[in-house]
Amino acid sequence: MRTVSIFTDDNLKKIEELRSRYPTAQALVLPVLWIVQREHGYISEEAMKDVAELLQVPFGHILGVVTFYTMFHDKPMGRHHVEVCTNVSCLLRGSDKVLAHLEKRLGIKAGQTTPDRKWTLSETECMGSCGTAPMFAIGDEYYENLTIEKIDRILDSLQ
Amino acid sequence: MILRPVDSEKNSAWTRLIVPDTPDLHKLEVYRAHGGYEGLRKALGMKPEEVIDEVKKSNLRGRGGACFPTGLKWSFMPKQSAKPKYLCVNGDESEPGTFKDRQIFELNPHQLLEGILIGCYAMGITTAYVYIRGEYGKWITMLERALAVAYANGLVGKSILGTEFTTDIVIHKGAGAYICGEESSLMNSIEGLRGYPRVKPPFPAQFGLWGCPTTINNVETMTNIPLIIQRGWEWYSKIGAPKHPGPILVGVSGHVSNPGVFEMPTGEPLLEIIHKWAGGVPGNKRIKAVIPGGSSTMILRGEQLEGVRMDADSLKAAGSSVGTAGLIVMDEETDLIRVITRIAKFYYHESCGQCTPCREGTGWMWKILTRFEQGEGTMKDIDLLMDVANNIEGNTICALGDAAAWPVQSMIRRFREEFELRAVDRPSGSREAAA
Repeated sequence: MRTVSIFTDDNLKKIEELRSRYPTAQALVLPVLWIVQREHGYISEEAMKDVAELLQVPFGHILGVVTFYTMFHDKPMGRHHVEVCTNVSCLLRGSDKVLAHLEKRLGIKAGQTTPDRKWTLSETECMGSCGTAPMFAIGDEYYENLTIEKIDRILDSLQ
Repeated sequence: MILRPVDSEKNSAWTRLIVPDTPDLHKLEVYRAHGGYEGLRKALGMKPEEVIDEVKKSNLRGRGGACFPTGLKWSFMPKQSAKPKYLCVNGDESEPGTFKDRQIFELNPHQLLEGILIGCYAMGITTAYVYIRGEYGKWITMLERALAVAYANGLVGKSILGTEFTTDIVIHKGAGAYICGEESSLMNSIEGLRGYPRVKPPFPAQFGLWGCPTTINNVETMTNIPLIIQRGWEWYSKIGAPKHPGPILVGVSGHVSNPGVFEMPTGEPLLEIIHKWAGGVPGNKRIKAVIPGGSSTMILRGEQLEGVRMDADSLKAAGSSVGTAGLIVMDEETDLIRVITRIAKFYYHESCGQCTPCREGTGWMWKILTRFEQGEGTMKDIDLLMDVANNIEGNTICALGDAAAWPVQSMIRRFREEFELRAVDRPSGSREAAA
């Protein structure tokens, strides 16, 4: 039994509240993983073990869930995770130029993190911004109707 | 944001019902001042089966892509059940070209909540889960706020509007998986599992969430419900196309001057949507191709569009489908090989991996298409690609396999010349490929 848990007291309180919303503990897997990732930025193997113990669900099951869903990260990400949509509607409106400019400015390719760990750059699938393309998202924030100038301003504002 | 059509005549002809042109409608007091929750009040004075009947007679068809009659789906639920019954509201909105449900979360969340409550009452459901894609964090917060206000005002929870009707609504955040928009995968995701679709039968109304009777409906579909109850099935059934009535949120993207979501009655001609609502193609370029209803629907040639309307029957007759009404417009300079390769990559990424035809087949389609993109495809590859697509279609646990096959099949059938022009061994005497 591990003595150190990754859950803060506030987290634990929140999780207890959530239990009443579902008939099984297993249904809490996604909500609890979100709480962990919001708190720690990613979901480590240790964290997965804590989640497994808290919900009384096998560790392998938690690992299976974390590796299935693209928004769950099992490794630390850069402080700003820039996710560029390159699916059809964004492609038709210049997403390749957006990605190329970001790769140039950040000095990394899609899928990489800068050495100072400030930026991670990724390509994503459709984010639901097809009418305001091209776009990228950083966390919950959507940056839409992008131009090269806008991209530069956004990056400059985020340090 | 819901756009106004570029043609002002179109603007004045249609009063919006799903996302009305009312400022601050997301606020409860504004929503109520415009008749909000009166549909719920009326429904609570009807028998549950009368509510289902009203929805049936309205001929409302699902807005999530499959276009299934909503009243019929609701009638599949058992009237009596030893197990609790559930409603899942599908807000996973991940179909490329689709960005409409997001507008409802932002602009008219209470009409969605009201529709959910009416549905729960009609089917005897005590908990509804609204599954929203994880990327929509901001919109989840918007709906959470509206839900909290609704709870605080006795509209959700115990003794709704002072009656015996009690139901809870839970917002459940997804974590990045297109497949979780498939109804059985969505249920597995709520249960805390990997998003694998289930083999059907059994169907959700018999064996759904935690083995209990469950109905799954799209966000936009549910937002239509209060209108039907408040103003009656007959009024609703007369809006737009007779066999596919009602207001519909059409998303227009790609090569148009005024891209965005427009609300219109079903049955609008595609060319009018493109030219009169979305401002036409920049530079007046010719329309080479459109995808009418999200990337899973079959591609159409620009020349085919005359007379084709945004409704289920018209698009079926044209050799495609209405899907999510996510219209993607491609002009004459579009590299369609690049487009179809990117679409194939999407399905390859998003395949859950459960069944071999999809898991392997989507990868093979992407690999063959990549060969064409890199100028290494052959004439034989075209037939090979069609063969792979044909062997995925109909052979999978869920519709993602079909959704991956259809764009490829339709691209080959309707734009074969694009492939042939790129083939390294194209027959001599044919035109040289454009640079």
